[in-house]
Formats: sequence, structure tokens, C-alpha cells
Amino acid sequence: MAPAAVTGFLASPTVHTALIVGGFVAVITGIVGVFTVVRGQSFAGHALADLGAVGGSGAFLIGLSQVWGFVGAGIIAALLMESIGVRRLQGRDVATGVVFAFGMGVTALFLYWGTTVGGSSNAAVSVLFGSLFVIDPAVIPVVVGLSVLALVVVVVCYRWLLVESVDRDLAAARGVPVRLTGVLFLVALALAVELSSLTIGAILSTGLLIGPAATALLVTRRFGRAVLLSAGLALAITWAGCLVSYESYYWTGRQGNWPVSFCIVALIFLVYLGVRLGAALGRRHAAAHAGARPAAPRPLKAGV
Amino acid sequence: MFAPFMTNAWVAGTIIAVVAGVVGFFVVARGNSFLAHAIPHGAFAGAAGAVLVGIDPLLGLGLFAAGGALTISFLGRRARSDVVTALPLVMMLGLGVFFLSRSNQYSAEVFALLFGQVLGVSGAEIVPILLLGLVCLATVALLYRPLLLASVLPDMAAPRGVSTQAVSVMFGLILACATTMSVPVVGALLMFALLVGPPAAAGFFVSRPGRAIALAVAFALVTVWVSVALAYATDWPVGFFVTAVSALLYFVGRLFAVLRGRRSFAMRDALP
Repeated sequence: MAPAAVTGFLASPTVHTALIVGGFVAVITGIVGVFTVVRGQSFAGHALADLGAVGGSGAFLIGLSQVWGFVGAGIIAALLMESIGVRRLQGRDVATGVVFAFGMGVTALFLYWGTTVGGSSNAAVSVLFGSLFVIDPAVIPVVVGLSVLALVVVVVCYRWLLVESVDRDLAAARGVPVRLTGVLFLVALALAVELSSLTIGAILSTGLLIGPAATALLVTRRFGRAVLLSAGLALAITWAGCLVSYESYYWTGRQGNWPVSFCIVALIFLVYLGVRLGAALGRRHAAAHAGARPAAPRPLKAGV
Repeated sequence: MFAPFMTNAWVAGTIIAVVAGVVGFFVVARGNSFLAHAIPHGAFAGAAGAVLVGIDPLLGLGLFAAGGALTISFLGRRARSDVVTALPLVMMLGLGVFFLSRSNQYSAEVFALLFGQVLGVSGAEIVPILLLGLVCLATVALLYRPLLLASVLPDMAAPRGVSTQAVSVMFGLILACATTMSVPVVGALLMFALLVGPPAAAGFFVSRPGRAIALAVAFALVTVWVSVALAYATDWPVGFFVTAVSALLYFVGRLFAVLRGRRSFAMRDALP
């Protein structure tokens, strides 16, 4: 990697926007992601990311700003999932699936209307896949403001969420409003995920939501540490992915850069696999020393 | 609507609905909606890659569907299933973006793979659909007992000598097979909707597995037939109608269950 290339990377204004917005969104998504993974709501997180496209394509049709389309659709979908969602993981999974499929169907319709009315079907691809390097600077203030709102909701409900995420019955017994906590969390999740979906694409949004959080939870079972680690990891991977994508221009030649979403997602996946492998080796090592007795699973601890 | 060029659409849709109803019953009983979403959507990347290197898209689709299913069940041995479904899914979608960026394919093809275009089915496409559909149904029939036991009563499976791990792997491969046969024709979205909506709705009306499967197949058939007819009449994407009819069936089923005060096999001790 030539030094000149790195200078170019740091001098480009597109890269500045990508690093700032991408980093910001990555940190928020990484924090919300830990709660999502612990609560077993990865599917909802992914569904909300994709469902933003309904609002995005609908807003495109009636000429509204895409941001409000994404956010509105996300919140409506979150409330719908919560209202038909049921306690047990299995029923919730089906409820999420039905809402998700219907939302995608409506997206298909909106995109179809969009193309026949006179747009292009590229809208479908850009809504789904996005790119960190084509962020519209005008949406940045709204994105930052609403992301901070999502973060504030999570921070304010931190205690409730923590108890409710780990043990629902215990939370109810201790007087935590479990239903309200669930709704608030889904709305915060919807906000965080919609904004990242809007700026960096639905795929990357899910990747950043689940990958760093799952990796952090492999390393530590302490909740506070997992949150910090996940946020740091999300930020580091996003920036590294931007760098790889930018530099790939020099080794792919005429074909152009590797897509930044691909670079970041690949890094997320590789880091997770690496840590999984490390954890498996560590377990084998520990088992060999403890006389081949499988280690008991450690419970999740509250606090830092 | 029944013009010669529509015959293939009706035949393909009917075969896919039967397979989706049967496989979907197990998707709902196992709580595997995320998997039913991840495999068809992730596998579209395989088709994009196959076009890039110049092989049959069906082969690429099959490879990615099976590879994704195996990765998910391998990683799922020691982790939360939703997490290990999400990560391979985004990895496959990321590869899809990568393949698309390497080729200058028109994005309408991507739209068709994701959202479906059932009206344009050629006679040659019916053959792989029929063969793969038969493979799917035969595998389910062969594995019916262990699959049912591990799906509905996972705690009872191990004492009876059924490995839930082996069943998950096999079920992942069945889903991959169903995906490969359907996605090139109807798209990932439509297959996902058919695998979840009609079987979940069927679960509200009957509780015995055999009847639930039969009703799921009937609901899937109605969904597909109504959707193809409406798509033909309005020229709107068929994916919209399939998801809308599925969702409608699901809500009618829920309403029925609430009124009758009974619980679905998928919703046992779940409704308030």
C-alpha cells in the first residue's frame, strides 16, 4: 500500500463524510445491537432494516423526504410487530415473518409504481444495498439527531432493558413495566436501524447490528463491557472497511472499487468467525485441563 | 388469463405452492421464519455470481442455498440461532453486492430475482421445478417422523434416538432445495411469504400435523392462484398479491383462533 494512496484516502471529502456518518451510525448500531442479540431479536432488526425501504419507496412516490419515509415505516412496522407479537420466541418469529413479508410486498408494489411512473428500477437496488460513499450531505443533521434520540431512549431505559432482557419474569416481579420496555426498545431499534439502513444500506445495517454485538458477547459476558466492545468493534470495522474499499481501486484496476458494503460485511463476518474459532480452541484447552468435563455455561452478569 | 402463454405460470405456481405448503408447515412448527427468509434472499447472490462467471444461474443459486444452509446449521451448534442466521445472510448479500458491482447487468434482473416475475415462465423452466419439487417432497416424506418429532417436540427427540442436530441440517437442505426450484421463477420474496403465511394461518384452524399440512397446501394454492389472477388482471407485481393474501389469511386465522378461544400449534401458551 503506497503512502500516497493513504494520503488520498484521508484527503477525499467523500471519505470524510463516509467516516463521520458511518462511524456515528456504527457506534449507535453497535450499542443497540447488544440488546438486540441478548433479547433474541435479530430477525426483527433485520426485518426493520429491510422494511425502511417501504417508506423510502413510498416517500419517493409522493415526493416526501426519504428520511421521514424510512423512519415512519420503521416505527409503524415496529409497533405492528409488537402488537401482534407474542411472548414465545417461536410465535414472535412467525409474526415478524408475516409483517416482514407483507412490507416487502408493498415495497415491490411501490417500486413498480415508481418505475412505471417514470423513475428507474435502480431505486430498488439503491434502497436495498445503499453505499457509504454516496451519502447525501443534506440528511446528515437529521440522521445524527434521530440517532442520538435512539441512543437516549436506550440509555434512559438501560436498567429496565437490562433486567427485562436477561429475565422477563424477574423484571415483572420487580415492578419493571415490561410491555412498555419492549415497545420502547423496538422503537429505538427501529430508529437506529432505519437511519443506518438509509445511510449505509439495509445489508450493512443488519451486519453492524448483529456482528459486532455477537462478537463482543463471545468475548465477555459482562453487559457493560459488551456494549463498549461492540461499539468500538463496529467503529473499527467500518473504518477499516472504508479503507479497504478505497484502496481496492489500486489492485482491481479498471473494474473499479470493491463495494464498501461488501468490504465491511466481509470484515464483520471474518472477525466473528475468528473469535468463534478462538473461543472454541479456548474451550477445548480448558476442557483438556479440567479433565474433559464440559464447562458450564456462564450466566450473563449485569453491570460493568 | 388462461391463454397458452399463461399455462406455464399456472403449472409452476401450483407446483411451488404445494412444496411451499408442505415445507412451510415445518418452518412454522420449528419457528424458522428467519431461515426461510435468509436462504432464498442469500441465495440470490449465487445467481448473480453464476451470471458473472458464465455458468447456469440455477447452479449458483443451488450452491449458495446449500452452502448457506450448511453454514447456518454448523455455526448454530453453539450459538443463538437468530444470530448465526443473520451473519451468513448479510455475508451472502454482501457477496451479491460484490458480484453485481463486477458485472454491468441490468438491475431489472435483480428486481425479478428478489420480488419475482411469475408471468414469464418458459416451458424449459418447468422441468427443474418439477424435479426439484419432487426431491423436496420425497425427502420430507422419507424423514416425516423424525422431522415432525424434532420440530414439534424437540425435548422428546433425543430420548427416542433422533438427533435434532442432524434434523436441522437435513431441514436446511430441504429449504435450500425448495429455494433453488422456486427463486429463479417466483423470486425470493414470494417464496418467503408462501413458506410462512399460509402454514401459519393453517395452524390456527387445525392442530393435527397431517391436517395442518393439507390445509397449508390448500391455503398456499389459493394464495398463488388468486395472486396470479390478480397480477394478470392489474399488471402489478405478483409478489405484492402473494404477501397481501398470505397476511390476510394469517389475520383471518388469528381472528378465528381468538373467537374460538383455541391456540395454534405454533402459538401454544403464547396468546394472552
